[in-house]
Amino acid sequence: MLIKKAADIRPSEITSKENYLNRRQFMQAAAMAGGTMVAGEALPAIIPDERRAKLEGVVPSRFSTDETTNSYEDITTYNNYYEFGVRKEDPYRNSQRFEPRPWSIEVSGNAEVTGSFALEDFVKPHTLEERIYRLRCVEAWSMVIPWVGISLADVIKKFKPLASAKYVVFETLLDPDRMPGQRSRSLRWPYVEGLTIAEATNPLPILAVGVYGEVLPNQNGAPLRLIVPWKYGFKSIKGIVRMHFTDQQPRTSWDLAAPHEYGFYANVNPKVAHPRWSQARERRIGAEQGSGLQSLFAAKKQATVLFNGYGEHVAHLYTGLDLKKNY
Amino acid sequence: MDTLRQIRFVWKPLVFVASLVPFALVVGDLYEITGTLGANRIEEIQDRFGNWGLRFVLIALAVTPARNILAKPWLARFRRMLGLFAFFYVLLHFATWLFLDQGLLLSAIIEDIVERPFITIGFAALLILLALTATSTAGMRRRLGSRWQKLHNWVYVAAILGVWHYWWQVKLDASDPAVYAAILAALLGYRIWRRKKPRKQATVPSTA
Repeated sequence: MLIKKAADIRPSEITSKENYLNRRQFMQAAAMAGGTMVAGEALPAIIPDERRAKLEGVVPSRFSTDETTNSYEDITTYNNYYEFGVRKEDPYRNSQRFEPRPWSIEVSGNAEVTGSFALEDFVKPHTLEERIYRLRCVEAWSMVIPWVGISLADVIKKFKPLASAKYVVFETLLDPDRMPGQRSRSLRWPYVEGLTIAEATNPLPILAVGVYGEVLPNQNGAPLRLIVPWKYGFKSIKGIVRMHFTDQQPRTSWDLAAPHEYGFYANVNPKVAHPRWSQARERRIGAEQGSGLQSLFAAKKQATVLFNGYGEHVAHLYTGLDLKKNY
Repeated sequence: MDTLRQIRFVWKPLVFVASLVPFALVVGDLYEITGTLGANRIEEIQDRFGNWGLRFVLIALAVTPARNILAKPWLARFRRMLGLFAFFYVLLHFATWLFLDQGLLLSAIIEDIVERPFITIGFAALLILLALTATSTAGMRRRLGSRWQKLHNWVYVAAILGVWHYWWQVKLDASDPAVYAAILAALLGYRIWRRKKPRKQATVPSTA
């Protein structure tokens, strides 16, 4: 299996760290000067329908980590998105022709407000925040990614879930014509994920619409995806078209595919091994600096932390729960 | 040049150099000359060496059927070299895991070998190939006599363990290991079929 060089992204297209940081300073300054903005006739789209378009009005978040972020190239060429193929480079390779427009999200189930919402209307009431989060894949690699998104808790509040809503279930677009990976039966389609209401209304989860201050690339789940930083990456469902409030714990896609290996909770936990591999340590992608043999030896695996290091915000959600049984 | 000399001085060196190409590509990609290893370089190196180890096991096992079917007895002269390349790549795969993936962290290595069955069987396959490599010389073959063939029949066990090792570690999509399994099944099936078939002539002794 030879991985060919990703020739479609020119190095000049990749946002350098310095430019990116400059832009953040600029945007922060712009946000402070926001009072002087004049309301125009036609407001630009919040999420422009244009590849790599810059997102406006993004504010920083106190939940962001100051760890070194992964490069745009690493984030956008190495990930799992089985709708576009099972290999790490498949999402990047096979999603370039995907058009994430028009897009709407259907909200259903045990909530006062339900219906179908156009992407813009769905996102519009909320503040775009930059959340720099660690991402820990169940395959024992990790990255640090500067997402842009809206608070899931705020979104859920808008729909006024009923007391009977114990879980919120998410579904990815089902469209084998546009998502070639869905033509094979690697998973049962559509991809389904879910959270308890308590998890979903925690301040950490976001619905991401961007990365590095720009519109989310197709391969990372455009136009809208979930980010739950204390759970293994597969919980963070991509290409969301449906949110459903229910009193039933859903059977999620990976749980259905291999119930002994992947559970509903999927909290990052170094003490609970995957049946076939250890979760005690992880490889931080991009830890090797430069090229050549020495760079490989310099990159040591790092210890995995319970709840991916977000325990202070989420540990209370699981008091009294046996994390070994509820993997 | 007669056939034997041609094999020795032309074809063997050519096969030798060709067998080193996957290794050269890893080195070239590591230094970003021929390409890149992608975002997860260590995993990529480990996967490539593992894949080539398995491929060379299967190529070496294909020599005897090819020799019989094509009636080219000289093909057997490549078998040892191809088998040694299988060990070469499997050893590199193991070394990548040991030094780069595990970073020589002894506790993690022992835990993995003991507690992770897919690593246990991969390690067992490596030990078998090590024994076959150590006894691959003409001198060892002479010294071991009839026991040599018995020992070298363990290559079938190593091949099965190797494919199993691969199959067991994939997350979900087993289409790649399934290809290896199908090829191995064909190669083993051919041998079973040949054993059962009544022999017409006994001029070509069955060696492997």
